Amino acid sequence: MLSDFIPFFIQLGIAVGLSFTLLKAAALIGPKRDNVIKMTSYESGMDPIGSARERYSVKFYLVAMIFIVFDVEIVFLYPWAVSFDEFIAAGAGPGVMAVVLFFVIILAIGLVYDIKKGGLEFD
Amino acid sequence: MDLSQAYSMMMTDLGATLFLLIVAVSGLVLVVFDAFKPRHVATPWIAGLALSAGFVIEMMSIGAPEGLAWYDMMRTGGSAAFVNSLVLGSGALSIILTVPYLKKIGHNIGEVYAMILFATVGMLVLGAANNLVTVFVGLETMSICLYILTGFVRSESGSTESALKYFLLGAFSTGFFLYGIALIYGATGSMEFGAIRIAAEQSAGVMFWGGVSLLLVGFLFKVSAAPFHMWTPDVYQGAPTTITGFMSTASKAAAFAALVVVLWKALPAERWADVLAVFAVITMVIGNVIALSQQNIKRMLAYSSIAHAGYVLVGLASGSQAGYSGALFYLMVYTIMNIGAFGVLALLEWDGKEGSEQTLESLAGVGYRKPFLGWTMAVFMFSLSGFPPLAGFLGKWAVFAPAIDADLVWLAIIGVLTSAVSAYYYLRVLVVFFMKPEGENSPMAEHSFDIPRSSAAVLIACVVLLVVFGVTTFALDVTSGFFAADTVTQFLG
Amino acid sequence: MEITLNWYLTLSALLFSMGVIGFLFRRNAIVMLMCVELMLNSVNLSLVALSQSMGDTAGQILVFFVMSVAAAEAAVGLALVIAIFRDKLTIDVTQINLFKY
Repeated sequence: MLSDFIPFFIQLGIAVGLSFTLLKAAALIGPKRDNVIKMTSYESGMDPIGSARERYSVKFYLVAMIFIVFDVEIVFLYPWAVSFDEFIAAGAGPGVMAVVLFFVIILAIGLVYDIKKGGLEFD
Repeated sequence: MDLSQAYSMMMTDLGATLFLLIVAVSGLVLVVFDAFKPRHVATPWIAGLALSAGFVIEMMSIGAPEGLAWYDMMRTGGSAAFVNSLVLGSGALSIILTVPYLKKIGHNIGEVYAMILFATVGMLVLGAANNLVTVFVGLETMSICLYILTGFVRSESGSTESALKYFLLGAFSTGFFLYGIALIYGATGSMEFGAIRIAAEQSAGVMFWGGVSLLLVGFLFKVSAAPFHMWTPDVYQGAPTTITGFMSTASKAAAFAALVVVLWKALPAERWADVLAVFAVITMVIGNVIALSQQNIKRMLAYSSIAHAGYVLVGLASGSQAGYSGALFYLMVYTIMNIGAFGVLALLEWDGKEGSEQTLESLAGVGYRKPFLGWTMAVFMFSLSGFPPLAGFLGKWAVFAPAIDADLVWLAIIGVLTSAVSAYYYLRVLVVFFMKPEGENSPMAEHSFDIPRSSAAVLIACVVLLVVFGVTTFALDVTSGFFAADTVTQFLG
Repeated sequence: MEITLNWYLTLSALLFSMGVIGFLFRRNAIVMLMCVELMLNSVNLSLVALSQSMGDTAGQILVFFVMSVAAAEAAVGLALVIAIFRDKLTIDVTQINLFKY
């Protein structure tokens, strides 16, 4: 079973080896004529201004946090969606629907609170 | 599973856990209410009334026989009702104390009350759990709300710092706790307490005991037993004082109650008793000895709370019905004493300065200037150190006596010796309050402060309860009915 | 070669240990938070593998709760880290030591 993969590994080895060899060969035998223009970050482009490590607005983190929380709660809806047909067949459809609605309402309350407190205002 | 009964069963279970529904829905209502009417005067009232309603419901069902709800995920009645009413009562008293305190420190934000309610929901789930899933959900609901409550005073460095510390270490311990659950699940194939016990009695291998030890580490962290107590002093000192009172009592009671039920129902007895005894000794010694050298009262009470966790562990180590019920009784007494002590401290932060900076010496002479605070504090301190006829004495008797019956005499002796040591630092508070003269530039000479009537009522209630539970034994009789042997077989049946 | 349950459990144990070691040796609060998430998710792997091998769904139900708890923890943790950073301009936990005695 493992022997089926031998051609694959050979090809993998050739691919990796070839790319390394070519890169190294280019560095070794290629001509090197450095000048100021060539050493800039963007040759024949604009000179970069300021540090690359700008500080982000904290709003990004706020939105990210809100996203994490609301995104993950979806996992509770998947099992319900998958098994809802069985609940309907057993005659418990409306009751189970009410439970899920209650869950969604809880999430909605969180959203209302967030909007009211200005968590989503991106000025 | 018969799905057609799902809806009607759900309605029955909702009735059985009505207290939980009341608290949770009130929390949600408060979140919306506070968003539209910030700092409204009704916010604490809604929270307090919800907790009191739950408290009354659960007090009435203490006598009810133990039952199960939510597909055996939760227990109702009996010991669950006792722990629930303990948590709800502690929450209600804390809210009464918190209202004037938050006004004084200038952070009267409504979300605090919603968070207290959500934390209480977590504790209620934890205290009534019958399944490791429920334990995990309750524990985390409680912990996450407590992280926020610890750090909500954002202007105060101590508050946010202690919250971050609490959060990092708490999340770390959650990882161990969860890994323990996974291993136990792998070894026994179930997360329900009764089923775990049956499987473990047939075969319990390395995987099972590894899981149990990781689970114990998680629990011991949450109840701040040594050597997992490192977070406790910082967090108790940095958190807003009345919140410290709340989390040092209710969360500890709920976590200990869950631990008791796990030991009682899920783990075959006699295997872990010695381990718990060792932890109890370390906890009592470390808590009491380090408390001796503390200059800040909140920090001193934090170490004292570690020591009290050790006393409760003595009850658990005996592994008997009397030990478990003694532990629950002790938790109740401890809750009353600590709510009162932190309530007094909250009132003594008269200049809005966080208790994190206040030294014991700066409180010299309080007993003369505010005799009410001095005398109530005296009752709490005497009770904490275990003087008869206050409830602290009966509580210690309730946890040490079962240890002697279980041939752990050495453990009881260490317990008594360390509580004798503890008398030194408790009574030192009273010495400073009553016998030291006020200093030249004592802050008290410059600031006058009033005692709100609501807070005074809470303190008086705590004092009365301590005396009542100290001279009567009916509460102890109630708790000792919870862990009768036939209840175990009923669950195993 | 067949991938058995033990492979999953070993991988999970390795990931868990990496989380623990990272938590103990790193001093950046965000990295410590990531290590905790690694611990929780390695347990999720165990739970799913055990649940699958035993044909029992209880483990997977716990995984749902762990996922939402981890999300809530991440949100609270990030909020706390931001609050600390605004106050101290650092999130190095060795610099957060007001209560050292």
